Amino acid sequence: MNIGIVVFPGSNCDHDAWYAVSENLHQHAEFIWHDSASLGNVDAVILPGGFSYGDYLRCGAIAKFSPVMRAIRNFARDGGLVLGICNGFQVLTEAGLLPGALVRNDTLKFVCRTVALEVATSNSPFTHQAAKGQILHIPVAHGEGFYIADERTLDQLETDDRIAFRYRENPNGSMRHIAGILNEQRNVMGMMPHPERAADPLMGSTDGLFILQSLAGAAVQSPV
Amino acid sequence: MITPGIVASHQLTPAEYDKILKLLGREPTMTELGIFSVMWSEHCSYKSTRIHLKKLPVESKHVLQGPGENAGIIDIGDGLAIAFKIESHNHPSFIEPFQGAATGVGGILRDIFTMGARPIAVMDSLRFGPLDDPDTSERNGRILEGVVSGIAHYGNCFGVPTVGGECMFEESYSGNPLVNVFALGVFRHNEIFYGRATGVGNPVIYAGAKTGRDGIHGASMASAEFTEESKQKRPNVQVGDPFTEKLLLEACLEAMKTGAIVGIQDMGAAGLTSSSCEMGSRAGTGVEIDLMHVPQRESGMTAYEMMLSESQERMLLVAERGREQEVFDVFKKWGLDAVQIGVVTNDGMLRVKHHGEIVAEIPNHALAEEAPRYNRPYTTPLRTAPLHGPDVHSSDLTADLKALLASGDICSKRWIWEQYDYQVRTNTIAGPGSDAAIVRIKGTNTSVAMSLDGNGRYCALDPRQGARLIVAECCRNLSTAGALPIATTNNLNFGNPERPEIMAQIVESIEGLAEACRFFEVPVTGGNVSLYNETLGAPIYPTPVVGIVGTLPTAAPTGMFFRNPGRRVILLGGLGNPDCHEFGGTQYAKVIQGLIWGCPPKLDMEYEKRVQECVRELVRSGTVESAHDLSDGGLAVALGECCFGPNNMGAEIHLDSDLAPELLLFHEGPSRILVSTANPQKVFELARNKNVQAADIGVTLEARLMIGNRDRVLIDSRVDELKDSWANALERLLHNPVLVANA
Repeated sequence: MNIGIVVFPGSNCDHDAWYAVSENLHQHAEFIWHDSASLGNVDAVILPGGFSYGDYLRCGAIAKFSPVMRAIRNFARDGGLVLGICNGFQVLTEAGLLPGALVRNDTLKFVCRTVALEVATSNSPFTHQAAKGQILHIPVAHGEGFYIADERTLDQLETDDRIAFRYRENPNGSMRHIAGILNEQRNVMGMMPHPERAADPLMGSTDGLFILQSLAGAAVQSPV
Repeated sequence: MITPGIVASHQLTPAEYDKILKLLGREPTMTELGIFSVMWSEHCSYKSTRIHLKKLPVESKHVLQGPGENAGIIDIGDGLAIAFKIESHNHPSFIEPFQGAATGVGGILRDIFTMGARPIAVMDSLRFGPLDDPDTSERNGRILEGVVSGIAHYGNCFGVPTVGGECMFEESYSGNPLVNVFALGVFRHNEIFYGRATGVGNPVIYAGAKTGRDGIHGASMASAEFTEESKQKRPNVQVGDPFTEKLLLEACLEAMKTGAIVGIQDMGAAGLTSSSCEMGSRAGTGVEIDLMHVPQRESGMTAYEMMLSESQERMLLVAERGREQEVFDVFKKWGLDAVQIGVVTNDGMLRVKHHGEIVAEIPNHALAEEAPRYNRPYTTPLRTAPLHGPDVHSSDLTADLKALLASGDICSKRWIWEQYDYQVRTNTIAGPGSDAAIVRIKGTNTSVAMSLDGNGRYCALDPRQGARLIVAECCRNLSTAGALPIATTNNLNFGNPERPEIMAQIVESIEGLAEACRFFEVPVTGGNVSLYNETLGAPIYPTPVVGIVGTLPTAAPTGMFFRNPGRRVILLGGLGNPDCHEFGGTQYAKVIQGLIWGCPPKLDMEYEKRVQECVRELVRSGTVESAHDLSDGGLAVALGECCFGPNNMGAEIHLDSDLAPELLLFHEGPSRILVSTANPQKVFELARNKNVQAADIGVTLEARLMIGNRDRVLIDSRVDELKDSWANALERLLHNPVLVANA
């Protein structure tokens, strides 16, 4: 299986995602440059962490206009699996592929820390290899990871079982402790924690592999 | 017409100006005077220290590039090399903490990737005024917060992990904080680039951000003391753009792969001036540039302003003639300016044209290599501390330990380092808070360990001995992590070298560093000198800082924390035998007694080396479950720190010593490392082979730290109480300085 990793100017976790997919997950990974009009022959797409276009405006606000985002929209509409990590999550909300927004941490400071995440649903292509309620230890590293949405959206996410992960100890003020969410079709997920940083025993945790392996397993049967 | 007043305002002495007249054979233009003033500034020319820096050892079988290039390079095997260097941004960080620190990170990163290496780690050595002084703590805290967020802003966005460092507090840094930034990059031997303008006729290319009026005379500012007027120097500080730097990194590394680049150097201090004349001087060539082609952010800039601008995120390249388009294409892909601004010539001159006129024409060699060198007079090092201190008698040693654990220098710096992305690039095996940071090199079985160390207190008492001790400690940090120390970079932070008692501090420190670096076989491959760190006549403590790097086989780190109950706790190197004078430089003297006095600890370098060999073998062979070196706060603090891991482990320690309890617990004698092990016999055996003392001092257990000497209990506390003092102190100090001071 083939996983595409999008590179925006300013992406800086692109190599980390590539390494985790190819060296830890033993799958094929390739980079997709931000001005590509097509995704090529990929089974799933990862939007990696970093500071796309410097994120001097709003995180992800400029990346959503990249040519590659049109291709990603089409890919997602057709059921393709899209995982946005950290800045990738921010880009997905800016692009309207996921509801809500990510704003400045309530501490007003960047935070890099391994956090305990509760798997809130195992009913998704990204979490099916984990059990609901299972605790995963995965690092966060962001200045703007405070998930906000209006009450109706939050209720809807809960009703639809579309909250993928919740923080055990909320590092950024996120509403309802939300760390990751799914779209309605459940083929697009955004999460602030970095599973690619928890894919190698040397890094202290391999819990991120639950997510990457779920993705790899699901992508094989994906309709695209 | 250049008047003596104009010369003086460029911080050139009359004698230096005469030398310029002689070199040129005529009066300089204003642009030329500006160019000389920055190139001959202390910051760029090292004119007060160069003759002493020659005393440092610079060679070993590992060194591929010593001092004189943008960064030092050492071989780490597998065809790989690392480039690393430290640089200061002290003066800008005081004037504008956020941007001063941010651009400090940007500058050192460019020094690394201009050599072709991809930066994979950053560390910071920081010094501020105290956070518990009712008069200055608010400002000191503000400077700290600004510096930390500046480092975080730049490093996090650029995508380099900030993996370690140190942060200390002394009154002498109140008006003059120190921000020393270290960076390290990795590449293959055949990917190394140098800052040389070779090949007459080759195009000289400007790449990166546009030139503005920011940072003009930054190098000269960094070469003067602070006075009341310094506040007006804020426009001298540059503004950093880490996004552009990230693009510049990727574009440079990609352009290098085309094979069309023959030389490259970043525009750091003195910007366009230093990059062009240094590249020419190294290659023995001339460089001719036309400022008309320089991408500009503002209109109406004069030649003087453009040559002296320190706008950030800019590079100067020399490409092979006929292949410049390949270079332009790469920069265009990354959305950056890259234009030809000149050509390499054969006459050795830096020739600058503007609006069709020649505005500067100076031999490159004169600028880069013929700056004045001073053998400044020196007497005995400035010393204000008394030789004798108050008697030591504590009424509550447990309270003393808690006070030390909660003091600025010793407490947890988590509040700082959680603001840094210390994991990006997924190589960080041991991050901030460890004795040494460890970063693996992907695709190999090799990891690189690194540590930054300085100790202003020791150097204030005896700069030569202080310098020897910091090299020993830095090497010890690496050895404790299982690494073999290989090479050093240093940042020498001192006051005004024109004062003989300050110059004496500089000379003694350099000689101490030279002796220790030679002994521990860690040659100096480069570094930085920051002088004139004085505000209103008050100098900082003499503060040499060393960054030492080493290698080790990649493996899960051993770490400092006790892991399991029932393990023997062994003190390698022994309890030590300090005399009372040596207690005057300790954290105990500073924090509990409220002053420093006496002299730094003794150091037996032969013994130190054997202790380090011993621990390195114990860690690499997996014989010990934890290893932590003793430094600030001595044995008791180190024992506390071993207990602050995730498992709430403690220890019961029984000592057998004639020393006074305060000395026994808190003296800072070197060459000592705490290990815990399930296999004590193997530890004793190896220690015996190495002729190193190994004192079996106790056993690990849960939740409690008890330290006794013979029949007397000295310290007894729950671990969570100690940990609370240590873990939350910095936040308490920052948010409630007065409460803490009065407590």
